[in-house]
Amino acid sequence: MLRLLQIEFIKLWNNRASKVLIISYFVLLTSIALIAAIKFDIGPVQFHLADQGIFNFPYIWHFNTFVTALFKLFLAIVIVSMMSNEYSNKTIKQNLIDGLSKKEFILSKVLTVISFALISTVFVFAVSMILGLVYSDYNEVSIIFSDMEFLPAFFFKLVGFFSFCLFLGILVKRSAFALGFLILWTILEQVAFGLLGWKVMSWESAKAVKRFFPLESMSNLIKEPFTRLSAVQNIGQQIGEDMKFDYHVYWYEFLVVIVWTAIFIYLSYALLKKRDL
Amino acid sequence: METILNVSHLTKKFGYLTAVKDLSFTIEKGNVYGILGPNGSGKSTTLGIILNVVNRTSGDFSWFDGTTSTHDALKKVGAIIERPNFYPYMNAIQNLRLVCKIKNVPETKIQEKLELVGLWDRRNSKFKTYSLGMKQRMAIASALLNDPEILILDEPTNGLDPQGIHQIREIIKKIASQGTTILLASHLLDEVEKVCSHVIILRKGENLYSGPVDSMLASHGFFELRATQMEQLQELLKKNASFGKIENFNGTITAYLKEEMDAESLNKMLFDKGIVLSHLVKRKESLEEQFLTLTKNQ
Repeated sequence: MLRLLQIEFIKLWNNRASKVLIISYFVLLTSIALIAAIKFDIGPVQFHLADQGIFNFPYIWHFNTFVTALFKLFLAIVIVSMMSNEYSNKTIKQNLIDGLSKKEFILSKVLTVISFALISTVFVFAVSMILGLVYSDYNEVSIIFSDMEFLPAFFFKLVGFFSFCLFLGILVKRSAFALGFLILWTILEQVAFGLLGWKVMSWESAKAVKRFFPLESMSNLIKEPFTRLSAVQNIGQQIGEDMKFDYHVYWYEFLVVIVWTAIFIYLSYALLKKRDL
Repeated sequence: METILNVSHLTKKFGYLTAVKDLSFTIEKGNVYGILGPNGSGKSTTLGIILNVVNRTSGDFSWFDGTTSTHDALKKVGAIIERPNFYPYMNAIQNLRLVCKIKNVPETKIQEKLELVGLWDRRNSKFKTYSLGMKQRMAIASALLNDPEILILDEPTNGLDPQGIHQIREIIKKIASQGTTILLASHLLDEVEKVCSHVIILRKGENLYSGPVDSMLASHGFFELRATQMEQLQELLKKNASFGKIENFNGTITAYLKEEMDAESLNKMLFDKGIVLSHLVKRKESLEEQFLTLTKNQ
């Protein structure tokens, strides 16, 4: 297993573009701390974002995992190209001839994806913990470690998304087209949802079905955290809007994402096995 | 003799096209094999199948004693298919280190192999800056990293200039002299003739011949003759039962033997009849001529 990771590491780390993207990704993950520095000082209106409670435990777990997940696109580019470059450089052929089995080839990519997700999760955990300890209004241990399900949710969300990228890389074989396909797929899910609700069934059941779409199920793992902020809640109450959403992560939502991950990895393997190179 | 590769009844279909048809052959240790065939005769497809990158339609093949899985067996094989494929953004050392990881061998041989192919001085240049000849030599270095039991080369001199072709051939000869089994696919017959002891001849995916180069045709060779009395010479040869076809081309008579005869006795016989030769050569058909005869007969 270590050998497979080392193989992938050599391939990624010696590629300047990948290296730059990976480093920027982790720099961006850390830079979420900079939100703390956002301060408006306009005469009587003093606004310090860090004081608005976004860094309060346990809310910070939700907020940080949601925001940092937006940066995953950087790694998506790396992952799609690490897969499709093997085709455009024909190095996949050479790898197999040199004695890597097709299973090992896929496994080395999957392990890389899992490592990326794992390191990201650890990063987010560390950054949130530090930010929380500095800015949170509540510092009781029981509060700090509550609502931790957002971290595994973050991990599975990334693994799922990256597996989809891997699959697209193998399917399309060209990184630019694969990324285009990724965007197209995002739109297609929304179009499918629209069509279902408009023509086929009620909007309620369309919403239920939508949760089973691959990308939608992944984004559904961590719901938007902004309406949970007390400031936003206050505004909501003033304009008479009831803002009671369900923010929790449920086990079946995990299950849907894990099933999609398994499907994408299996399809990648099946595709590689079936194709003549 | 130790068997390295056994291929039996291998068939590959691409849709309605049959690229390889019921192909069987065996590779023994220590020989240098050539796979011959015109373009599109299934050479690369066959190599692709035994190297695990092309799926077979039917038939079977087994490496070594048949107990190891194909991808493990490939760790003991060195192969170059068509074009050298490496990561363009990595230098020679980085690329070879990756190959060592895949083949699960220590990185100690990198220097030795790069020196063998004359690339040690350029070891820190990126692969994409190499010329085609250098890329091909780099591929050979990579294939040799694990000191393979068999080296498989598919058109190794394709697209190279004469100098590059010469370099590659010298390297191949050097490797062959060290006792490594080699399987060389090519459509360049003189190339195969120069280095191979055995040949497998393919046409449209079918095996026409496999065996030693020498016994490819039951032929006794031919004489090339020149003399001042050309017409008498030709008459005389036509009457002799030892000769079959006789051709006169550009003032040189080519007489094909039907039975064994050495140059000395022919010379003596003709001299006794009053014909003095100015040119006498006894030759066997070149591989090219044998190949053309063989493919024509079918």
